Amino acid sequence: MARTQKKVDAVIVGLGWVGSVMAMELTAAGLDVVALERGPDRKTVPTFAYPKIADELRYAVRYELMQRPADSTVTIRHNTGQTALPYRRLGSFLPGTGVGGAGAHWNGLLWRPNAEELRLKSWIDERFGADIIPDDMTIQDFGVDYDELEPYFDRFEKIVGVSGKAGNLNGAIMDGGNPFEAPRASDYPMPPLEQTYDAVLFAKAARNLGYHPFPKPAANASQVYTNPYGMQLGPCNYCGFCERFGCLNYSKSSPQTCVLDALYQRPNFEYRTNATVLKVELAPDGKTATGVTYADAKGEEVFQPADLVILAAFQLNNVHLMLLSGIGPPYDPATGAGAVGRNYAYQMTGATSLFFKNIDFNPFVGAGANGVAFADLALSQMDFAKNGFIGGGYQSSQQTNGQPIHHLPLPEGTPAWGAGWKKAVGEHYGHSMDIVLQSTNMPYRDAYLDLDPTYRDPFGRPLLRMTFDWRPNELKQAQFFKEKAAEFGREMGADASTSFYPDGHYDTRVYQSTHTVGGAIMGTDRQTSAINRYLQSWDVHNVFAPGANAFPQNFEYNPTGMIGALTLWAARAIREDYLANPRPLM
Amino acid sequence: MRLKILITALALTAGSAFAADEAEKGEYIAQLGDCAACHTAPGGAPFAGGLAIASPFGDIYTTNITPDPQYGIGDYTLEEFDRAVRRGVRKDGANLYPAMPYTSYAKVSDANMAALYAYFMKAVAPVHKPAPASDLRFPFNIRFGMEGWDIVNRPEVGFTPPYDDAQLNRGAYVVEGLGHCGACHSPRNLMQAQEGYTAASDRFLTGGTLGVWPVPDLRGPESAPQRWSDAELVEYLTTGRNAYTAATGEMALVVERSMQHATEADMAAIVAYLKHIGLPAAASDKAAATGAGRSDDTTAMLTAAKPDMPEGARLYLDNCGACHTVSGQGAPRVFPNLVGNSLVLSDNPGGFIEVILKGAMMPSTRRAPAALAMPGFGDRLSDDDVAALASFIRSAWTNDAGKIEAEAVKKIREQL
Repeated sequence: MARTQKKVDAVIVGLGWVGSVMAMELTAAGLDVVALERGPDRKTVPTFAYPKIADELRYAVRYELMQRPADSTVTIRHNTGQTALPYRRLGSFLPGTGVGGAGAHWNGLLWRPNAEELRLKSWIDERFGADIIPDDMTIQDFGVDYDELEPYFDRFEKIVGVSGKAGNLNGAIMDGGNPFEAPRASDYPMPPLEQTYDAVLFAKAARNLGYHPFPKPAANASQVYTNPYGMQLGPCNYCGFCERFGCLNYSKSSPQTCVLDALYQRPNFEYRTNATVLKVELAPDGKTATGVTYADAKGEEVFQPADLVILAAFQLNNVHLMLLSGIGPPYDPATGAGAVGRNYAYQMTGATSLFFKNIDFNPFVGAGANGVAFADLALSQMDFAKNGFIGGGYQSSQQTNGQPIHHLPLPEGTPAWGAGWKKAVGEHYGHSMDIVLQSTNMPYRDAYLDLDPTYRDPFGRPLLRMTFDWRPNELKQAQFFKEKAAEFGREMGADASTSFYPDGHYDTRVYQSTHTVGGAIMGTDRQTSAINRYLQSWDVHNVFAPGANAFPQNFEYNPTGMIGALTLWAARAIREDYLANPRPLM
Repeated sequence: MRLKILITALALTAGSAFAADEAEKGEYIAQLGDCAACHTAPGGAPFAGGLAIASPFGDIYTTNITPDPQYGIGDYTLEEFDRAVRRGVRKDGANLYPAMPYTSYAKVSDANMAALYAYFMKAVAPVHKPAPASDLRFPFNIRFGMEGWDIVNRPEVGFTPPYDDAQLNRGAYVVEGLGHCGACHSPRNLMQAQEGYTAASDRFLTGGTLGVWPVPDLRGPESAPQRWSDAELVEYLTTGRNAYTAATGEMALVVERSMQHATEADMAAIVAYLKHIGLPAAASDKAAATGAGRSDDTTAMLTAAKPDMPEGARLYLDNCGACHTVSGQGAPRVFPNLVGNSLVLSDNPGGFIEVILKGAMMPSTRRAPAALAMPGFGDRLSDDDVAALASFIRSAWTNDAGKIEAEAVKKIREQL
């Protein structure tokens, strides 16, 4: 028998970017809010304190800040004919846990998607004709347009604090920025970061090849910054401990540096850690949620009643909770009926390392979002008919760290162990630079999420099952960009190179990206989306699920900017429309 | 917001809107008087006491001043409450220890006392729990001994406005009286009595010590209030940080619990008063041993980072440089400037050493919510390391203060 807590106005599942920003919005509206975080509490001091946090083995190899697969994981299979197996060792993607969530251990790349990507189906139909889309490719519009979201992108960038250079300021193309970006109302809150030498070389080569390089938008502070909540960032010192670490320097934007101390001052906010939400409880008619049941640190079940439930967990966990709680009909790939679990997508990434015997790159000088990118090959710039695939991407230089255990590129053909390997390490460490690709991933009829029939978690709940593999469209796209990176190698006169681009089945063992998306997607048609354009469940109207789960397919840009904008967009709908008259908003 | 609701609810049961008004005024008086600084223990219920105040004569535990009749002050009349706050005499007639700054509170007005009383009686939740007893050595555990102390040291009750200017008078009332700034910022004599209770004394607010910490002078030409602009002073007092430095230790609590709540007019009065009472004589002023005119080759040395640099410089680069940078200047409002920093350069290096060993944290305030923190390095650096590091910082850039010995570090470490 579960213990029952005092009822609150809103319960938030997960205290990362979405949970913390949503809590600021809802407490500002006068609501009593409780956030439930499954992981431990985390503060810059002591959790990320120098020098303890600068420990590659503990954090980057053994994943101290990540979800433990023994506690919570998914099963994965390539197609519906296979039996899925548990993802027992973290590899391809790294879901975070604890206060701050993935917002604590990310690199800090804060992009906006292009306008075309939010209405992708309509745009392709208009530009190329519906026939260009393969039958099994289930591309959809988001149901919200870029122009509607622009104020929320703008606001989120100011909350987060981003260093960058505008390329399109209210329609005016700005020198040195991304000329292909959608119009923005204001420039980035801070000037770009300093560039490392690899970025200088990359930018020069990009210009020579006819591209338009620009500094990547970085949620790493280039100077002191105070955000609209009064929270402060200090200038980044390029220590190279960003991704997989918490920032020791108050320089990387995170819920800790940008939101939480301001939130903790609010008397109508409370958070509980080590509180794993097991299920959203529904009223007998199934039309509203009555609260959530969670397991506390001792494993005891607790019922937290609430009028409003915000699912602010990692994308996979949001979908898992919806499936476990019966919020909306589960998706069936055989019939296409049901929407929860539909359109799981990932991110097609790749990397080429170029080696230069005579250049010292000092790789230990780096920042998570350091580097220069070009967007001339973004989805919005591509001719799908000519290329033979639907998609696009951005390529960039990326010197984030010089950590030798998990990032020690060596030229192709180098022995993987022994004296030959050792010699190569001595010769090449510090003499290479990376060109990384991040590109789109389209959704497919049988790429989806559902409940696993075999494996269960420690609470006895079925694990979430992922059915996903690379398709010819994406593999062709990867090879396209691999060749573009090779052109850079030739242009720059590299002595040698090595590269990794998927060219077969999805390999869960190799880290590629934590940008898992979809599964509870947004839209304007309840047959093909789990949540409406306000991120509200079509079926249980007091449940909102802002997050990457809402993406119908994955765009080439990093998801956090979109996730933040959607959170603020959903918060506005709740505050200005829903609270006065709780009902389905569509 | 919640407090207001509570006050209203209590007032309605008492059937008096006046009481609610008084209690609300009293809440502000309690904030300016910073009652919570001592009477609320870390993590404890508001005003339930139990905070240990170390004195040279032993530990004094603060008392429960919630309106609980048995363990708090629930059965105090206004007159009895007044006698305790302004005269230092308990309901039962025993004398309070002067850790309670009744010598400053003596200046609080009758009207403010009444409001304060209404607040404690009507708006503070009673806590039915005794605070621990104080633990003073003989003969200081004999309270009637305090009578003699009081005869010698206690100023008269009442406040005589010293200036022709209403703002300065308000500033004097808050700083000398309610805010009891002198309790820490003034030197103390051998009887542990504060030296001077008004600006008429040129010892008043010229700095003191608190445990191992130096408490800065507020009046000398090089002191912070005399060097900083009004705006910088306001920023420091209301947010616990400004372009140069950050509040830490006790002052962080003063900012968080008291100063950030001051009205704009009161803050302006405090600043005007502090500026007004500056002293020309710099005889006692050791705050800024900044060796003007010394060339600064430290930044170049740290930037070059040659392996043969002195050990203190190497320790600085390995432990401090990430935030405070090679220039020692950190970043405004985030990483305090170490150059010319009074805590760093003080003749009494206890606070500086404690910060290195234990770390420090800025207060979280409405205007600046980020509780920016420096981690402690005590588990990583030996006494010799800390001595070398602290000595380096005290002599780096244009700093020009004396060397610190490992023995001094050892003593501070033992007290942590």
